[in-house]
Amino acid sequence: MPDSQTPNSQQSALREPTAEQRRHWRLVVEGVIAKHGARPEQLLQILIEIQEELSWLPLKVVTDVAERLSISRARVEGVVGFYSFLHTRPNGRFRVLFSNNIIDRMLGSQTMMDEMCRKLWLQPGKMSEDGLVSIGPTSCTGMGDQGPALLVNGMTITKLTHQRVNLISELIRKDTPLAQWPQDLFAVDDNIQRKDILLNSALKPGDALRAALANGPDALMEEMKKSKLRGRGGAGFTTAQKWDFCRQAPVDEALGRVVVCNADEGEPGTFKDRVLLTRYADLVFEGMTLAAYAIGAKKGFLYLRGEYRYLLAPLQEVLSARRAQGLLGASILSQTGFDFDIEIHMGAGAYVCGEETALLESLEGKRGTPRIRPPFPVTHGYLGRPTSVNNVETLASACLIATQGGDAFAKIGTAQSSGTKLLSISGDCAQPGIYEFPFGATIAEVLEACGATDVQAVQMGGASGVTLAPSEFSRKMAFEDVPTAGAFMIFDSGRDMFEVASNFVHFFAHESCGFCTPCRVGTSLLTGYLDKLSNGYGSKPDLAEIDTLNRVLKSTSHCGLGQAAANPILDGLKKFRPAYEKRMLHQDFEPAFNLDAALERARQITGRDDAGAHILEEQA
Amino acid sequence: MSQSFTPIGQEMPGLDQWDVRHMSQSFTLDGAEVPFTPGQSILEAARNAGIYIPHLCWHPDFPAHGSCKLCVVKVNGRHVSSCATPAAAGIEVKSNSPEIREERKVLLQMLFVEGNHFCPSCEKSGGCELQAQAYDHEIMTPHYTLFYPDRPVDASHPDLLLDFNRCIFCELCVRASRDVDGKSVFALSERGIHKHLVVSSESGRLADTDIDPSDKAANICPVGVILHKRQGFTVPYGQRAYDETPISEQGLPNKETV
Ligand SMILES: Cc1cc2nc3c(=O)[nH]c(=O)nc-3n(C[C@H](O)[C@H](O)[C@H](O)COP(=O)(O)O)c2cc1C
Ligand code: SF4
Ligand code: SF4
Ligand code: FES
Repeated sequence: MPDSQTPNSQQSALREPTAEQRRHWRLVVEGVIAKHGARPEQLLQILIEIQEELSWLPLKVVTDVAERLSISRARVEGVVGFYSFLHTRPNGRFRVLFSNNIIDRMLGSQTMMDEMCRKLWLQPGKMSEDGLVSIGPTSCTGMGDQGPALLVNGMTITKLTHQRVNLISELIRKDTPLAQWPQDLFAVDDNIQRKDILLNSALKPGDALRAALANGPDALMEEMKKSKLRGRGGAGFTTAQKWDFCRQAPVDEALGRVVVCNADEGEPGTFKDRVLLTRYADLVFEGMTLAAYAIGAKKGFLYLRGEYRYLLAPLQEVLSARRAQGLLGASILSQTGFDFDIEIHMGAGAYVCGEETALLESLEGKRGTPRIRPPFPVTHGYLGRPTSVNNVETLASACLIATQGGDAFAKIGTAQSSGTKLLSISGDCAQPGIYEFPFGATIAEVLEACGATDVQAVQMGGASGVTLAPSEFSRKMAFEDVPTAGAFMIFDSGRDMFEVASNFVHFFAHESCGFCTPCRVGTSLLTGYLDKLSNGYGSKPDLAEIDTLNRVLKSTSHCGLGQAAANPILDGLKKFRPAYEKRMLHQDFEPAFNLDAALERARQITGRDDAGAHILEEQA
Repeated sequence: MSQSFTPIGQEMPGLDQWDVRHMSQSFTLDGAEVPFTPGQSILEAARNAGIYIPHLCWHPDFPAHGSCKLCVVKVNGRHVSSCATPAAAGIEVKSNSPEIREERKVLLQMLFVEGNHFCPSCEKSGGCELQAQAYDHEIMTPHYTLFYPDRPVDASHPDLLLDFNRCIFCELCVRASRDVDGKSVFALSERGIHKHLVVSSESGRLADTDIDPSDKAANICPVGVILHKRQGFTVPYGQRAYDETPISEQGLPNKETV
């Protein structure tokens, strides 16, 4: 369990460390680098592990790491700066991050964060003066079915209540090491509510591999093609085709091809991969091994989002067990030449790293900036090797195809969307959790199953997906109708759809990697307009501005993040216009600021609040 | 949701679409026939044919970077970055259309408001590519609310000045330092709107890096970030490169002025 009880966090960023601190830092750096080797592609993993020991990354540590890996210090600084969970400033010994997704907010996360801040005497986003604790918001932690949720030193706590917040505050105030906290605080429920072929799978470790090995890789590819399986990560690319491109790409045999399992699951409101990794990890790793067998890969990576740090140890155990069973490593199931192993890489708080080329950059220890395509990962992926990046659920489904055949799989679902889909259901319903439905199920059927009534809107596919109004609830969940990566957030008639869209757009602005102009600046400009509306200064011309920005974001952004960033507002304006119009108080242009409010800082500094320190509307 | 294009990265065409193919090699750009050799980008092919597509982060000495998006064009109705998209036989490219010009204008305005650009007092004025693009796109105002970021100047180096306020994140200095000078003096840190340039020293000062004024990185900035000291105003305002001739007429292979 990552825990840091060292006194280092009290050290200011600029103050010279004591000789003893320097010694300690060096020891930690050496220890971590010894484990990974002085390989630049391990940079992110090295930084994450050093920070788990030190709670932050002092300037001198950044210098040391750069020297040890023989890379530019600026590059290391650039990587530290990119990831939300890495810090070059001292951080509290307890670092509390409240999930800020709209679902957590609807469940009261904001009030709870304020409450904890009050109890521990600090401001959100700041560290307490004694270096004990820092508290702030973070993007969706993937616990929408059991929110509000938070992370403390990277560990997940869900189902927050007034009592739990009290208890946590008390434990922090007493400086109780995380290892001594009541362990039931860290329990995460699976909440599996509806099972179909995947979640009902009774496959034992090795079953799918044995079936595949009996017939050879070509036969496996044949079944994959027949299955018509499409990627579950969002884009819906045909998996067999991706594997085919990859296995046909020229390769340096000594290095081999690469299989990557995308477990970044950063899309707000999505948590189905979490449950697969908790309860069906063998299926996921076996799917990766099947992919390796099909394409001829030697190396596999599971890229696990930082928010799921608590899953690391159990997943490592599953990997060890599989090695012991001959399901990973050299000569898998005694088949000479079938060598494949899997390494887990952690993310560190960056939604964009779910985009497959940003993910590859991150795997190589770099800033998670999406690459230019072509070339595509299937020919030039991890360190330039042919690489297949697949979602957790896609890979788990491959096991069903290997055992039951492609035709059986293709029989389920619709013509263009075979098989089933896991939905992460959260928001206003009786039974949030994981629901497995065959493709083709209607929105109404799903709503019925989870006990949702008085529904105003469903957000399909997360923040970057689509907002559906009741008139669309007869539509089908399928690539050819309403595609989804798995999030299904429900909002009843009491919810303000403007708030929902605004939450999502702020999420995109926070998560923009900043590589391309439209998304870096456009998402910030959009949040500015939404805040203006929200503060009561909205005017008609603002809608035209929003419209232009939407267009430019969609057409010129470098990756799916920027292209989708305007979706929530586009859908909102189309389907929930009254929520916007009630904020358009002015017909003509209106500035975004208020003269009196602009004086607030001056009033705080001078300690004045008399009539003379205010500008009234008439005066202005 | 508009479906007029397939989002870049949301689709994967057959690999043959960008494979080297030896067939009749030309495409049309705003109606004109443009020949190309396999492997060339749309932007390069256009440039060789004497047609200028506006760009900022692209540079003839480096592989495409694809960040500024000024080179956006429409290929068969779908938006792409022309610097990073291989030319292909028979495609129809639109560049100088009202729609694309308007989008480029917005992108330029974005670059202006996110930094602090006080052109009348900038040493680079008249030789600045951002300003030159703004002239070409008839930008009269930044249009959007200015961000006024806080970006202190670094004057620590005896011969070079860094005014981060004007950075457009083209990463030409980053690439030149890493790939040509072999030093990696520059890098970007943080992300989103907080992204900024850093130099490779613990103090964060340029003076403590191994940069040399003759390095390619010190001489490549298209705007007024990396400046040489004691050379201000050797050419008076009004007589500088883009004061006299638009960038669109200078940015072609046989007319490069850099
Ligand atoms: C901004 C962004 C975030 C993404 N996040 C994820 C993610 O968390 N998990 C995932 O599997 N795919 C994600 N994707 C899609 C991946 O790029 C890629 O298409 C997918 O991993 C391929 O796997 P599949 O074919 O099995 O779906 C994301 C895409 C974008 C543009
Ligand atoms: S669209 Fe956004 S996230 Fe994607 S590359 Fe551009 S800045 Fe980065
Ligand atoms: S300093 Fe100049 S060259 Fe470097 S990224 Fe900024 S604008 Fe580009
Ligand atoms: S010139 Fe193509 S994106 Fe900058």
